[in-house]
Amino acid sequence: MEISGAELFVKALKEEQVEILFGYPGGQAIDLFDALYGKNEIEVILPRHEQGLIHAADGYARSTGKTGVCLVTSGPGATNLVTGIATANYDSVPLVCFTGQVATSLIGNDAFQEVDIVGITRNICKYSVTVRDRKDLGEIIKKAFYIARTGKPGVVVVDLPKDIQRALGDDTYPETVALRGYKPGSTVHEGQIKKAIGVLAQAKRPLLLIGGGVNIAQGQKEMKQLVESTGIPVVTTIMGKGAIPTGHPLYIGNIGIHGSYAANRAISGCDVLLSIGTRFNDRITGKTDTFAKDITLIHIDIDPASISRNVKVDIPIVADARKAIELLMQKTSRLDCEAWLCEITGWKEAYPLKRKKEGLTPQRIIEQINHSFQNSVVVTDVGQNQLWTTQFLELDENRMMLTSGGLGTMGYGFPAALGAKLGNPNKDVIAICGDGGMQMNLQEMATAVVQELAVIVCIFNNGHLGNVRQWQQLFYQKHYSSTCLRYRKQCKAQCRNPGSSCPPYIPDFVKLAESYGASGIRVTRPEEIEAAFQIARRNRFVPTVIEFMIAPEENVLPIVPPGSPLTEMIMDSEMEEVIL
Amino acid sequence: MKKRWLCLFVENEVGVLARISGLFSGKSYNLNSLTVGTTEDETISRMTIGLYSDDTTFEQIKKQINRVVEVIKVIDYTDLPTHSKELMYLKVLKCSEAEKTEVFRFAQVYGVSVLDFNKDSILLECVRSEKENDKLIKLLRARVNSPIEIARGGSVAIEALQ
Ligand SMILES: Cc1ncc(C[n+]2csc(CCOP(=O)(O)OP(=O)(O)O)c2C)c(N)n1
Ligand SMILES: [Mg+2]
Repeated sequence: MEISGAELFVKALKEEQVEILFGYPGGQAIDLFDALYGKNEIEVILPRHEQGLIHAADGYARSTGKTGVCLVTSGPGATNLVTGIATANYDSVPLVCFTGQVATSLIGNDAFQEVDIVGITRNICKYSVTVRDRKDLGEIIKKAFYIARTGKPGVVVVDLPKDIQRALGDDTYPETVALRGYKPGSTVHEGQIKKAIGVLAQAKRPLLLIGGGVNIAQGQKEMKQLVESTGIPVVTTIMGKGAIPTGHPLYIGNIGIHGSYAANRAISGCDVLLSIGTRFNDRITGKTDTFAKDITLIHIDIDPASISRNVKVDIPIVADARKAIELLMQKTSRLDCEAWLCEITGWKEAYPLKRKKEGLTPQRIIEQINHSFQNSVVVTDVGQNQLWTTQFLELDENRMMLTSGGLGTMGYGFPAALGAKLGNPNKDVIAICGDGGMQMNLQEMATAVVQELAVIVCIFNNGHLGNVRQWQQLFYQKHYSSTCLRYRKQCKAQCRNPGSSCPPYIPDFVKLAESYGASGIRVTRPEEIEAAFQIARRNRFVPTVIEFMIAPEENVLPIVPPGSPLTEMIMDSEMEEVIL
Repeated sequence: MKKRWLCLFVENEVGVLARISGLFSGKSYNLNSLTVGTTEDETISRMTIGLYSDDTTFEQIKKQINRVVEVIKVIDYTDLPTHSKELMYLKVLKCSEAEKTEVFRFAQVYGVSVLDFNKDSILLECVRSEKENDKLIKLLRARVNSPIEIARGGSVAIEALQ
């Protein structure tokens, strides 16, 4: 039977078991939306901006393991996706983005709302393609889903010209794909695994470094088993956090420029490092030439290009994290590293991350989340709010964290939380945002309200672009250049003392929430935290915005100064430098 | 830093060339020459890429190229026995009579073909290895002061027979 391209598109989505589509219409996508009209199997969510749309699809994908699907119009609709494409691709999130395009006869004519979205996104996605012939449509969509979700997952952009959407053609959607240039490897090199095991068996101070790859491969259960059967202590990257429960006795903490003292010390003092699913980016290594210098490094990653790129690797193993862990588990036995574990415990006790501090601190808020929300998805924005969350949030099988780690996209948290809620209606979904980042996709409050997404939005209001302000305070002589969000025309230039006499904050987040029909709460004292969460919990059909008025100059500590090795950390704001 | 050669087999599709060249510019890899053409299979194109890099970067470049969905196969030609040639045109302009004679003599001695000439210009064509072409330009420049317009095609390479 002959059907239109748009009809085949809908058929393809059904065959790919797409339940939710994040869409924003326009002239060059109207046929696709028409084909979706009245098709109840696919729920179409209309966010209020395409950037919010794609972050929502991203949050949906990360929190469910399914592929997120976006549909937008050509031109501005497509360009509004760009940040979200880079964000998702950088963190290996499977998304398929369909963009409407002007008719093939108009491409290249600078037609109304024509942009070369395939060209624009070529370097920030896994694969991008324009469908130029109706007969290729089914195969291209099949390929798109396959490429997005296999191997190292990523973003695929499929550009659909208007005439292709309308053209009649074959109604078959292929069941298999043949791609001669793309063969996501599934075998693990056993010889390399054996070598790794040999080296580990000799280790006196072994350490496991877990990156996001383990979470992507859904290898948490196997990971925990491996850790327990070998007794090797564990550090994680931000993206790897949660791969074993953070309360596990063998878990030390995050490494990196905001890592814990004990974790950074452990990675600097181990003799064999088994790292899985991380690309050793500069945020975790500090100065690379001193990072893990005299150790034997075993590196498992699904992407050959991530191995031996930033640090030299002794035993490279290209493999899916979970498969490699399973193999390792069959062949390793318990290691004797009592002395090493004692040493680590000593470091943990000497400089714990958690400290006693007065007032409404981020730590107290996050500890309350740990306490109140057992079965939850916590989504962060970017900045100090994110870093505090990665430090203090406890994770296990029931609580997961989503964060934009690779690109660090402000404005990610709130819309991604909406996507997470759509995918996990029975979990509590909490967004933790800064006052700056919250304003980058604020418009999605309407989406949250109309879709009855009862997410809890915690705004950590420090009146600043706090993360940048902190750097200015510590490394730029307190030059608070363009980081104060309370600034008004009347303020004195070069203010260095933000405080209680500053102009009122704009906007009033509580009123703003209310104007959307959401619930708004302002918390100014630590005693109010728990009650605020209780109210939020009772709001079953509307989102709750809780604005936490935290100290304007609160810092994320410890911190490794730029250009320094991980062993040089500033432990508190008085610049007390601890050189390990 | 060392001169390297790569041979790529890629899908003959729109945008693949942009994807490969964009990879080089986007990641700041330096690229010396890139040629692309069809093969015995019309769905596959073949690229020959010449570049300078250190060992670590070169490893990374190969991996990055391999990652591209449209790339079917990557072969490192650097240390393989290969044949490689580059087409080069040299247009020697504003020659005096004496210089013209010198260019003709040059062409004869080095076996370069003269395609055409007029009263003050000569057009030469040579198909040599990239290195030999470099050398020819040097030799010619040493002989004449006239401006020379140069058009080089980049190398095409194929593995030698066993
Ligand atoms: C889209 C985007 N623009 C700029 C930045 C740079 N940046 C990183 S953190 C930060 C400050 C964020 O401020 P806020 O959202 O209030 O969070 P806080 O650090 O105060 O918790 C900025 C500007 C970024 N990461 N993303
Ligand atoms: Mg802030």
